Amino acid sequence: MSRTLSAPVTVSFDYTRSVGPVLGRFLTGLRDGQFVGARLSDGRVVVPPPEFDPVTHRATADFVDVAETGTVTSWTWVSEPVAGQPFDRPFAFALVTLDGTDAPLLHAVDVASPDEISTGLKVRARWATERTGAITDVVFVPDTGTAAAAAPVAGEGEVTGIVTPVSLDYTYAASPEESAFFRGLAEGRLVAQRCPQCRKVYVPPRPACPVDGVPTVEEIELSDTGTVTTFCIVNVPFLGQKITPPYVSAYILLDGADIALQHLILDIPVEEIRMGLRVKAVWKPREEWGTTIENISHFAPTGDADADYDTYKHHL
Amino acid sequence: MRDVAVVGFAQRQMQDYDGSPTCAELLVPIFGECYEQTGWTKKDIGFWCSGSSDYLAGRSFSFVSAIDAIGVLPPVNESHVEMDAAWALYEAWLKIQTGEVDTALVFGFGKASAGVLRRTLSLQLDPYTLTPLWPDTVSIAALQARLGIDGGAWDEAAMAEVVNRSLTDAEKNEYAVRAGGSSVKELLARPMFADPLRKHDAAPVTDGAAAIVLAAGDRAREVRERPAWITGLSHFTDGLHLGTRDLTRAESASRAAAAVGGLDGVEIAELHAPFSHQELILRHDLGLADDARINPSGGPLAGNPMFTGGAIRIGEAARRIWDGTADKVLGHATSGPALQQNLVCVMETVSEGMGI
Repeated sequence: MSRTLSAPVTVSFDYTRSVGPVLGRFLTGLRDGQFVGARLSDGRVVVPPPEFDPVTHRATADFVDVAETGTVTSWTWVSEPVAGQPFDRPFAFALVTLDGTDAPLLHAVDVASPDEISTGLKVRARWATERTGAITDVVFVPDTGTAAAAAPVAGEGEVTGIVTPVSLDYTYAASPEESAFFRGLAEGRLVAQRCPQCRKVYVPPRPACPVDGVPTVEEIELSDTGTVTTFCIVNVPFLGQKITPPYVSAYILLDGADIALQHLILDIPVEEIRMGLRVKAVWKPREEWGTTIENISHFAPTGDADADYDTYKHHL
Repeated sequence: MRDVAVVGFAQRQMQDYDGSPTCAELLVPIFGECYEQTGWTKKDIGFWCSGSSDYLAGRSFSFVSAIDAIGVLPPVNESHVEMDAAWALYEAWLKIQTGEVDTALVFGFGKASAGVLRRTLSLQLDPYTLTPLWPDTVSIAALQARLGIDGGAWDEAAMAEVVNRSLTDAEKNEYAVRAGGSSVKELLARPMFADPLRKHDAAPVTDGAAAIVLAAGDRAREVRERPAWITGLSHFTDGLHLGTRDLTRAESASRAAAAVGGLDGVEIAELHAPFSHQELILRHDLGLADDARINPSGGPLAGNPMFTGGAIRIGEAARRIWDGTADKVLGHATSGPALQQNLVCVMETVSEGMGI
């Protein structure tokens, strides 16, 4: 058994970005099958155009249409591509200096092996059939001397924004202390740890006591009853919601713990939820248990009298 | 200027850390070592500053969770940078210069193995014209390496010499995740990974954490007989656009070295060059003497935990002052693609004549 539990997790978000007048000009050009560069204060023509001049810091204003042919000034072979790159098979990344420009552009060159690319190789743009005004609208191929059919203009007006999806895959590990908590849940137990210095009991246990900065090594088991210390009535629907609103999300101070645990309170009309309410875990059928807090379906009122405020006032 | 010295240093480096992405449980013993070295408790630390990034392991607000390892009741004076902890050290040094505090503990952590590091780092590029192509860090470094090879600034044999020296030195470093020298000939016989780079030309993906203790004046003298006095500290950055930079140079490194009055007399330099050819660029552009000893720890090619690799260079260099190996050392840190940002930290046995 490994020391910690882990699981795959993917974090993804489609960033919607406004592009402004300079990058908008460049991206509009890509959509229309035309590289647009800028002349800088030092006389150099560069693609993509920087928004501000690197020397004078003035906004870029002198735009120049440049050729779709150029020269490889450096290259590397991507032997093991990663997700999102222009090709999912080995390919070349290169610095390509377009004819009429003075600085290179980083982009992909579609060749089958590293033998087919070298510094000094002449390359030509290969435009995507459907273009949106993004750097991914184009790749480079070795220049055979014949231009591909002129790419038709793909849209009208200026490109004012782009969507750049970002998706990252991780192996997410729980700390050893959290792993003990989740393994306990798989056996129907609530495992906490006590700080050797301040004696506070943390559930789930943490890698270190946040008060004292020392490992909370002493393991203790808590009962599955506790007191609602604070709560929120969820009225707003959201993506991925599993329960129909309104419902209650609450902090539950398990008996013997010093830190409240967040969970659902069901089996009670939402207007009757209150601080001090005594609740007990409602476990799912044992055959559904895993190393997860979801083994507890929710908490439900015990029917006992409410807890005195003094019993939980230091845990709010 | 107040005299500030590096007086404590602790680190962990490993290939696959099996703990949490916040590394809090890894930081506890590291802080413990710093307390042991200084004889202090957390109450003696006037300021805490960390370096990390949530992108590395996909855990939001990991730097907030990480301060569990400090113990923060009563609250502590704390800050964070989304950069290598070497830049957290810069912030802490400034904090001490303000006179508000006399001591600081700087730390960094990162679990790069949780994701695909070379891909994750595409997110530090221009989000409009580069990130959508996901140019991985190794590919960008390879483009840089070939520019230098084609231009005659270095060759593959010189790169292999850097690797061989690093991995030979790493045999004596208990924290190295890659070690074992061979020969230039043997290294050059290995297959290409990102032509012209072989796998050994790139720092290994490394998890880890590190901490450095700074102290001013007498607080430093009470800890060590030979505190590593910071006599020069500076950092600069080059532009965002790879195309408009001369990638065979590290202009920001030259500017940082010039800002501290040059690096004459540096006997030992710990250079944060995550790729072999980048060490060659740095040696030249920092203006290091030919006989300066480079990366006796084995350097980043032997282990390079993201967000602490630079701080570890400062800690490793400081150790050489403490133990009497050298009287003037350099710790260097880099961040960003292809040596975009560079920080130099010069440390000496004497604090007079600060070059700042």
